[in-house]
Amino acid sequence: MEPFKVLIVEDSRATREMLAAAVDLAGGVEVYTAVSGFEALKVLPRHRFALIITDINMPDINGLELINFVKKNPNYRHVPLFVVTTEGRSQDRERGLQLGASEYLVKPFESETLTALVQRYLKR
Amino acid sequence: MAPPRALSEFVAEANEVLETLAHDVAVLDAQRGREPEPDLLNAIFRAAHSLKGLSGMFGQERISTLAHHLEDVLDALRLGKVLASDALLDAILDGVDVLTLMLREASGEAPSDETARRATALTETFVRLASGGQQTAVDVLDEVGLDPAIRSVFTEYEEHRLRENVKKGIALWKVRAVFSLDDFDQRLAGLNATLKPLGEVISTLPSSQPGDETSIAFDLIFGSPRPQHEIETAVQTMASVQPLTNKPVRPRLVSEPEPDAPRTRPAPRPPVFASDVSSPELTPLSSSSPSGVMQGAEPSLRSLAQTVRVDIARLDGLMNVIGELLTVRANIHRLADVARQAGATPLPKLWGQELQKEARALERKLDELQAGVLDVRMVPLGQVFDKLARLMRRLVRQSGKDVHFEVSGGDVELDKLIVEELSDPLMHLLRNALDHGVETPDRRIAQGKDARGLIRLKAQQLGNQVQIEVGDDGAGMDEGRIKQVAIERGLVTRELTDELERRDLLNLVFLPGFSTRKDVSELSGRGVGLDVVKTNLARLSGLIDIDSRRGEGTTFVLTLPLTLAIIRALIVGVADRTFAVPLNSVTEIVAVKPAELRTIERREVLEVRGQTLPFVRLSRIFGLQELPVERHFVVVIGLAQERLGLAVDALLGQEDIVTKPLGGRLKGVPGIAGATELGDRRAVLVLDVAALVEELKRPQAAVG
Ligand SMILES: Nc1ncnc2c1ncn2[C@@H]1O[C@H](COP(=O)(O)OP(=O)(O)O)[C@@H](O)[C@H]1O
Repeated sequence: MEPFKVLIVEDSRATREMLAAAVDLAGGVEVYTAVSGFEALKVLPRHRFALIITDINMPDINGLELINFVKKNPNYRHVPLFVVTTEGRSQDRERGLQLGASEYLVKPFESETLTALVQRYLKR
Repeated sequence: MAPPRALSEFVAEANEVLETLAHDVAVLDAQRGREPEPDLLNAIFRAAHSLKGLSGMFGQERISTLAHHLEDVLDALRLGKVLASDALLDAILDGVDVLTLMLREASGEAPSDETARRATALTETFVRLASGGQQTAVDVLDEVGLDPAIRSVFTEYEEHRLRENVKKGIALWKVRAVFSLDDFDQRLAGLNATLKPLGEVISTLPSSQPGDETSIAFDLIFGSPRPQHEIETAVQTMASVQPLTNKPVRPRLVSEPEPDAPRTRPAPRPPVFASDVSSPELTPLSSSSPSGVMQGAEPSLRSLAQTVRVDIARLDGLMNVIGELLTVRANIHRLADVARQAGATPLPKLWGQELQKEARALERKLDELQAGVLDVRMVPLGQVFDKLARLMRRLVRQSGKDVHFEVSGGDVELDKLIVEELSDPLMHLLRNALDHGVETPDRRIAQGKDARGLIRLKAQQLGNQVQIEVGDDGAGMDEGRIKQVAIERGLVTRELTDELERRDLLNLVFLPGFSTRKDVSELSGRGVGLDVVKTNLARLSGLIDIDSRRGEGTTFVLTLPLTLAIIRALIVGVADRTFAVPLNSVTEIVAVKPAELRTIERREVLEVRGQTLPFVRLSRIFGLQELPVERHFVVVIGLAQERLGLAVDALLGQEDIVTKPLGGRLKGVPGIAGATELGDRRAVLVLDVAALVEELKRPQAAVG
C-alpha cells in the first residue's frame, strides 16, 4: 500500500526532526519537511500530501498565510492541516482554526499526542 | 520527551538562536535613543520566540520560562505597548547573558545559584516591564475599511504594523505579482528590495487564487506614502499596484496628537555620540554612571556549537566542483577502458596526452574543492566582536571610566576554530586596556587628554594572515613596575633586567606567573593573565606584539593565519630526514658561519640584526647525525613574542600541507605536531613550533 505523505513545515531544525520522528511513529507514512513557508509552496504541487503540519512563526510567510493559501486552493483544500506552534495568543489561534486548520497544538506538547492525532486523521 | 541524544542537537540549535539574538540585541543596543527599527525588533522577538518553543519541546523548562518572559517584553515592545527605555534594554541584554549561562548548564556545566538568582530577578523585571501599557481603544483599521478576508490572515504583529502605518497617514497598497514556482523566492526578494526604499512591506501573502501548475501569485501588503504611479514606475513590469483599503488613509499632521502618543512614540533622544551614528561599524559606549551592581561570573564567550552555518551559495559552488570532478572521473574510466582493451599493443600517443589533460583537470578541481571547503569553515570575526562589545559595555559601565569603544573589521573572516578560540584572549586584552590602560577622567584631564578614553578593536586581513589590534590611548605600560613585579615574583634576576631594554622588559608580562590578578573567576572562570593569552595564541600559530608608549597608550597586535586546516610549510632537510616547518611561524631565514655563533650561559646564541636569539640544531633535538657545515641555514621561528633560530642542513622549498595527527609510537613526541604527505608522496614530520619553543625555554632542554 502507498504510504501517506505528510508535509512538516517548521523552521527549527531540532523541532522539525522531533516532529518528523513523532509522525513517523504513526506508521504507514512518508515524511517530507520544509524549512519555510516558501519551501512549502514549492513542494506542495509536487506531491499529493495526506496531511500538512505547519508552524506559525516563520521568517518568510507566516503559517496563517500558508493555511489560507492551502484552504483556498481547490487542489489542496481537502488536505487536513495541523498547526504546531508556540503561539498561544488566542487571536492567532482563533484565526488559525477559522482559516481551516483541523488541529492547533501549542508547544510544548507530548510527541505521543501528535502521533495519536496523525493516526486518527490518516485512518484508512 | 526528548531522547538524550537529542540534547546535543538542541544545544547546537539553541546556541545558534542565541547567537543571532545576541547579535541583533547588540545592534538594538547600539541604536539606543532612537526609535527601534520594526524589522530589527521583530527579528529579536522571533529569536526569543524560537528559543522558547525549542527549549519547551526539549523539556528545558528553565530556559523556556525565561525566554517566554523575554518574549513577552519584546512582544510589547514591537507592538508599541512599551517604550525602549534604558532599563528595558539593559534587562534584555542581561536576559541574553543569563540564557547563555543556562544553556551552558543545560549542556553539562555545573549549575550555579548565581544564575538561578539572576534568572529570578530578571523574570520579575520582565513581568513588570511587559505590563507597561494597553491597546488603543479605537481601531484605525476599521476606519479605513480593510477587507476582513485579507485581515484574517494577519498575525497580531502584522496588524500592529498596519495600524502604525495608518496612524502615520501612510497609505496601504496591494502589490500583486505572479512568479514561476521555480524561482519565486529570488524574484520576491528582488521585488522586496525594490519596494523597501519606498516604504514597508508588511506581509507577503501567497494568493489564494490558483494559478497554473508552474506559477504562483503573491500579494504584498505594502505601506508607502508615495503616490501610486511612483510605486508602479518602481516595480515596472514585475507587479501591479492597487490601494488596499476602500477608504483613503487620511494623512495626519505631524503635530496632531495620537490617541496613545506617549506610549508608542518615544521622544527621540539625541544619539549618544552624534558623530558615530553614520558609521554602523562603530559601537558607541557610554559610561557616565557606574551601576555599582557587580554581575556574576561572565560566561566564557566561546560558543558551544561545533557547527558552522553556511551560505547555500557556497555549498552550491562545492556541488558544482564535485559535478566537474565526476566528469573527470568518467573520462579517466574511459581512458582506462581503452588501455585495458589495447592489451599488449602499444597505446596511441593521443591516449597519453588525454590522460595528462585529465590529470591536470583533476588537480585543478581538487584545488578548487580544497579552497571551497576552507571557505565553508570561514566565519566573520563579527560573531565574536559582537559578544565582546556587549561585555565591554557592561565592564565600562562598572568601571566608572568614560570610554569610547570602537570596533572595526568585523567582516574579516577567519577559520571558525580560530574565531572561537580568540574570544577569551581578546576579552582579556580589552579588559587590560580598561583596567591598566585608560585612566580616570580626572587624571586624563590633568594630563591634557580628552576626558573620554578610547579603546579600539580592529581587524584587517593582510594576505593570508589576519591582524587584530587591541589598542587604548591610556597610560602606556610601565616598564619600571613590570620590572619590579617580575623580580618580586622571582621570574628574573635584577642583574638580568638591568641589561634589558624597554621592549624586552615589556615582554616580561608574558611570563607565566606574572599576572597580578588573583581572582581567576572574574573574567571567564579560567586562569587569566597575558601568559595564558600568549599560550592560547601560540596554539593557533599566532604571534603577539606590544606597541606601548608612556602616556600615549598601548596596542597589542595579534597576527594569525587565516586558517589552520591547510598551511604553507617550509620543507627542510636535516641529516637524511625531511621536516615541514609551518611557514606562518617562520619570520626569516638567515645563513651564519659557525664562527659567528657565541655561547652565553652554556647555550649557543646568534645575533640577527641586533637581537640575540637562542640557536638550536634540529639534528640535536631529534638525535640525528650532525654533518659538518660551512654555514648553517637558520630558520628563525617566532611564536608569540619568542624568537628562536633553528639550524637545518638544507632548504628544500615550500608546500601547502595538511597536518594529520600521529598515532602509535610517534604520538605525543614533543616537538612534532603530526605528519604530512608531500607532493612526491613522501611522508614527513611536521614540527610543532609552539612545543619546541616551550621545550627549549626550560633549562634542562636537550640543547647541548
Ligand atoms: N593596556 C595596557 N596598558 C597598560 N598596561 C598594561 C596593559 N595591558 C597590560 N598591562 C600591564 O601588564 C601587566 C600584566 O597584565 P596581565 O598579565 O593581564 O596581568 P594582570 O592584569 O593580572 O596584572 C599588567 O599588570 C599591567 O601592568
